[in-house]
Amino acid sequence: MKAFLILEDGTVFSGTSIGSEKEIISEIVFNTSMTGYLEVLTDPSYAGQAVVMTYPLIGNYGICHEDMESLKPWPDGYIVRELSRMPSNFRSEDTIQHFLESNDIPGIAGIDTRALTKLLREKGTMNGMITTNENYDLEEVLPKIREYSPRGVVRKVTCTEKSVLPGNGFKVALLDFGAKRNIARSLNERGCQVTIYPAYTKAEEIIADAPDGIMLSNGPGDPKECVEIIEEIRKLYNTDIPIFAICLGHQLMALATGGDTYKLKYGHRGGNHPVKDLKTGRVYISSQNHGYVVDTDSLDEKVAVPAFMNVNDRTNEGLAYTGKNIFTVQFHPEACPGPRDSAYLFDRFLEMMEVKSHA
Amino acid sequence: MPKNPDIKKVLVIGSGPIIIGQAAEFDYAGTQACRSLKEEGIEVVLLNSNPATIMTDKDIADQVYIEPLTVEVLEKLIEIEKPDSILPTLGGQAGLNLAMELADSGFLDTHNVKLIGTTPETIKKAEDRQEFKDTMEKIGEPCAASLVVHDVESGIAFANEIGYPVVLRPAYTLGGSGGGIADNEEQLVEILQNGLRLSRVGEVLVERCIAGWKEIEYEVMRDGNGNVITVCNMENIDPVGVHTGDSIVVAPSQTLGDKEYQMLRSAALNIIDELKITGGCNVQFALHPESFEYCVIEVNPRVSRSSALASKATGYPIAKVAAKIALGYTLDEIPNAITGKTYASFEPMLDYCVVKMPRLPFDKFISAKRTLTTQMKATGEVMSICTNFEGALMKAIRSLEQHVDSLLSVDFSKDTDEELLKHLHRVDDQRIYVIAEALRRGVSYDTIHEITKIDKWFIDKIAILTEMEKRLQTEPLTKELLAEAKRIEFPDSVIGRLTGKTEREIKELRNEYDIHAAFKMVDTCAAEFAAETPYYYSCFGSENEAAGDRRRKKVLVLGSGPIRIGQGIEFDFCSVHSTWAFSEAGYETIIINNNPETVSTDFDIADKLYFEPLTPEDVENVVELERPDGAVVQFGGQTAIKLTEALMKMGVPILGTSAEDVDAAEDRELFDKILEECCIPRPAGHTVFTCEEAIQAANDLGYPVLVRPSYVLGGQGMQIAINDQDITEFIGVINRIAQEHPILVDKYLVGKEIEVDAVCDGEEVLIPGIMEHIERAGIHSGDSISVYPAQSLSEKTKRVIEEYTRRLAKALHVRGLINIQFIVSNDEVYVIEVNPRSSRTVPYISKVTGIPIVKLATQVIIGTTIRELGYEPGLQPEADYIAIKMPVFSFEKIRGADIGLGPEMKSTGECLGIAKTFNEALYKAFLGAGIHLPKTKKMIMTVKDADKLEAVDIGRRFAALGYKIYATRSTAKVLNENGVKAIRINKLEQESPNLLDLILEHDIDLVIDTPNQGATKSHDGFVIRRNAIETGVNVLTAIDTARALVTSLENREEGLSLVDIATVKSRGRN
Repeated sequence: MKAFLILEDGTVFSGTSIGSEKEIISEIVFNTSMTGYLEVLTDPSYAGQAVVMTYPLIGNYGICHEDMESLKPWPDGYIVRELSRMPSNFRSEDTIQHFLESNDIPGIAGIDTRALTKLLREKGTMNGMITTNENYDLEEVLPKIREYSPRGVVRKVTCTEKSVLPGNGFKVALLDFGAKRNIARSLNERGCQVTIYPAYTKAEEIIADAPDGIMLSNGPGDPKECVEIIEEIRKLYNTDIPIFAICLGHQLMALATGGDTYKLKYGHRGGNHPVKDLKTGRVYISSQNHGYVVDTDSLDEKVAVPAFMNVNDRTNEGLAYTGKNIFTVQFHPEACPGPRDSAYLFDRFLEMMEVKSHA
Repeated sequence: MPKNPDIKKVLVIGSGPIIIGQAAEFDYAGTQACRSLKEEGIEVVLLNSNPATIMTDKDIADQVYIEPLTVEVLEKLIEIEKPDSILPTLGGQAGLNLAMELADSGFLDTHNVKLIGTTPETIKKAEDRQEFKDTMEKIGEPCAASLVVHDVESGIAFANEIGYPVVLRPAYTLGGSGGGIADNEEQLVEILQNGLRLSRVGEVLVERCIAGWKEIEYEVMRDGNGNVITVCNMENIDPVGVHTGDSIVVAPSQTLGDKEYQMLRSAALNIIDELKITGGCNVQFALHPESFEYCVIEVNPRVSRSSALASKATGYPIAKVAAKIALGYTLDEIPNAITGKTYASFEPMLDYCVVKMPRLPFDKFISAKRTLTTQMKATGEVMSICTNFEGALMKAIRSLEQHVDSLLSVDFSKDTDEELLKHLHRVDDQRIYVIAEALRRGVSYDTIHEITKIDKWFIDKIAILTEMEKRLQTEPLTKELLAEAKRIEFPDSVIGRLTGKTEREIKELRNEYDIHAAFKMVDTCAAEFAAETPYYYSCFGSENEAAGDRRRKKVLVLGSGPIRIGQGIEFDFCSVHSTWAFSEAGYETIIINNNPETVSTDFDIADKLYFEPLTPEDVENVVELERPDGAVVQFGGQTAIKLTEALMKMGVPILGTSAEDVDAAEDRELFDKILEECCIPRPAGHTVFTCEEAIQAANDLGYPVLVRPSYVLGGQGMQIAINDQDITEFIGVINRIAQEHPILVDKYLVGKEIEVDAVCDGEEVLIPGIMEHIERAGIHSGDSISVYPAQSLSEKTKRVIEEYTRRLAKALHVRGLINIQFIVSNDEVYVIEVNPRSSRTVPYISKVTGIPIVKLATQVIIGTTIRELGYEPGLQPEADYIAIKMPVFSFEKIRGADIGLGPEMKSTGECLGIAKTFNEALYKAFLGAGIHLPKTKKMIMTVKDADKLEAVDIGRRFAALGYKIYATRSTAKVLNENGVKAIRINKLEQESPNLLDLILEHDIDLVIDTPNQGATKSHDGFVIRRNAIETGVNVLTAIDTARALVTSLENREEGLSLVDIATVKSRGRN
């Protein structure tokens, strides 16, 4: 069946329908990872967006359910050049075609994803519609497309109940704004007992549980929309509990302490972004997925100073909080997909908790 | 970290002659690195014995020494030039080994020279088997169970312990020389003995066999600050067991999930971190296909063939960045030249698929085993890019120029099912075609996978191609079907064949349906950032992003495709220089080529690079977009020449000599007429089409005769026939290869072979110099030792040659280059071949005369005259030194190849010997080719009857040097009768000790074995020559080469003098 991707600027790509046939409107973003399509699909940070994979051959190694970063795929839509008709991998349990269908994710294949990517790069992230309706009326759909904005997405992706991953080491409170599984796993593998809290949990409740450290997770959407959460984070900041934050968590902490965020033209999504540790000068290749970024100029050095910088566009990639046991990063040390080069940051978090427990 | 201010003068070591396992990729890497160093204001001294390279140009380095790559030369060079540093990681294994020897001996320390880039300790850790294994163990990176052995007994014991099959890998050898898989003790002993001998340190690794695992490579970089990145990963379609140089390789990996990809990536980065590599490095893994188990196979702490491939596949200039890192820069300080916006510290993301295929030389070595093993056999490779795997594979196949354009091109349809399955077990260069045929017959993926261990994902992709064949044969050619066939890159010609239409009809249909190739950019970043470098590939069903805009005059330069015997790096040298000359003249330059190893496919050589197959259809796609004002075909070897007709049909003017005149030189009748008009004699000959005609012609002329197809390079299919039976056999061979052109039968003249390259502006001719071959006519010019200036010609003969060159160039209306081969027999000059285009000797003669021939030829093509360029036409004054070009062979790599020299070219590369005297130049040339004598002073002579008398003189001279001569019955008899002491030795079939025993004892320096010409070559001679080569003995098969060698040994003086080519004044310039 034919499918169409209609962008808010009126550009139409026509291809073949994949997955569900339902019609969606979403924000179109591109990801440049060459592997890890399942991890991308199941990353809750994509809630409210439709993802274009720039690598043209997707689905080659099928679906290995254990690689899922959450319980289900989150993007509103999936845009690829080609899906492999026959996956091959010893762990593969399903095809990507079937996975999309059974999760009711609509998509489009057979389009020039590079041309689309260039468009998004040049004009900035745009909204779009994926439809199988050949008789779409541009006049009618364009206003609807333009109107769209991803809202309330954290509420959509966060867990509803507190849960615990048992461990004998430090007790970590993980605030789930749409956390990728590997964050909890990375801590748990290091012996931590990880308690996962819904995003809207009150700070008091967390503090009352007396964690050794608090982990603020990644998540979708515009950080400024999370007004209530920011309030709670400010309270957490005022404790002396060590805090480590990733992506949305990093942005929320910045907002909670007087910093500002803004939307990037087309975001950073992929597994090849160089980030520089400003203290050591070392550059790490990182996994990234963010459309918003902390404005370095908005920082008060008495509160926080840049700790990491993106080598490509010099934007902020991490903050060290002055006089606090808090550090936050924009990129994803939990990888999945992408390079594991910055996994040492979890060790650093453990060291922080270590120091605190001896204090 | 900014540039290290202590580094001011750097010596770069090249890789020497092109041999199998060490090809043009090091010219590419070296050239890029030298330019990168000069960009930083560093003075660059270059040492490389290979005159055909671009890196040995004086505009690439400041001082250029084309000298043998030996310790003696390198030490002397360091004393003369006093560099503060050596960059050893760009010249392949040869350069690295040499630098290591000097580091080991302490010479570098005493002369205050540092190895920059990777340190000697690192190199040792990576290259020494035991140290490497220990290091891997230390950091927990698994290696296959293995043991380093120095003798055969330990090898047997260890193999018994871990069980057969085992893999054998000699330390410090090129392209896995001497390695292999042994299934039993007998095989183990054979391979191990050989491997111990070939290893520089007498060391072989015996290893658990992991054949059948996935072979995955990572190209990684590390800077002095410890920053690490992956440039690219690659998956070999042929699983472990086939050398990666002989495998079909895809980038990025296709069948690895993120978990596997990142696991191996992390391992690669761990390894280079532990090894403290500073620069580029290649890490090879074997990955178990059904678990996460993996083994590190090998680490190359230098740029390599794979890094050249990775550079071209991603656009990331590894050699350039490695050179900057060696100077002290960190990755985040080095700008990404492709985007101009980002830095070298990032990982390229591909939004396309790259396939590399090896170019194997079995068309040249018909008797050789086609089996692919861990010993590399390919002479070159092609790369192709497409948005899908099927398309990339199809493009790679047709880039090979081996008369293949689809998976139907090697026909197994006549095999029975049983034969086909049997063939499927054979691991050879035809396996992919066998798989395709098996799929056509419905053999299951499981069965094919079971036998070949090739991942089913690839098998399915091949099936998609065979399904398309079937659809084209059976279904109506709708717009959708045609679009789909083009999307997976079926060429129009193949679609035509399958649908019963002509190529033209398909093209018209495509126009009607608006199905056209679009060009996409290789930008390192999957379109995330705007790129500045116009490096393109084509695909169908996409939006075009290459702007065919027109600001200046545009010229299309056609490259020469994959490196093969007969068409090597020389033509890349010519293409690149022509491109530069056009650029200088204000043209916009466009290169089309498909060889990832070459300088011409570096992204900053031409204004635009199209990485495409060199077929008429693919070229036409570019032409339709770019509409060039003209194309030059005379620099790209036969590959480019073959496109002439197609280009003219597309309406592209051929710049330089016209196509008609190129034809005239090849067409016997037209050419005979021209020779007649010019009053130039040639050996009598006829043009024939059938075997009967050939026999008739041969008998008219009288044997021996030369038989060859017209329109070939490198003498492919050329043979000397001595009787009717030979003719029948040769014509059979010629006709097996697709042959649309007639066959030439010429009288074979015995005489001196002379060669000339000249530039003609239509009126006047510039001849840089005359080259004379040491071997007399009958041995391919590419395999002959060539001497400049000619030594044995009278002044009168030289003038005749000059005059004939002038007449021929004018008569053929040459604009640009012309190459003429003469025979001087009894003081009479005959023309045997004229090629109105660039030749193999152009780089050599350019360098030794200081006359930039390609540049001049290009300027002449544009319309300048020789006089306007400041040159006095005619034969230029001779240089005051002698320069000798020596052919270099790779026979030890190709099991079963006959090494006897004849009219068909067999050498893979060349080196130069340059000195004030003939004898020193000759000695250096032999030295450069790896003939380093004397050692044991024992030799074997077995010569054909015609050579016996000359053999006496040569034998006497070797004896005088203290050589003990062994000879077969008749040769021994002649020698002894003439007072040269020779020990008679039994022939092969006779009882031991016989010739073979003697060779296998490893006590022989040299074998002189001149085989009879003709088809009835003795089997004995073949076995002797093969065994000698495989045990590392020097073998000479032409009596003239033997004479040259003894001359050079007789006159060997202690101490060599070195010549800086950059100081050679352009001869003849006003």
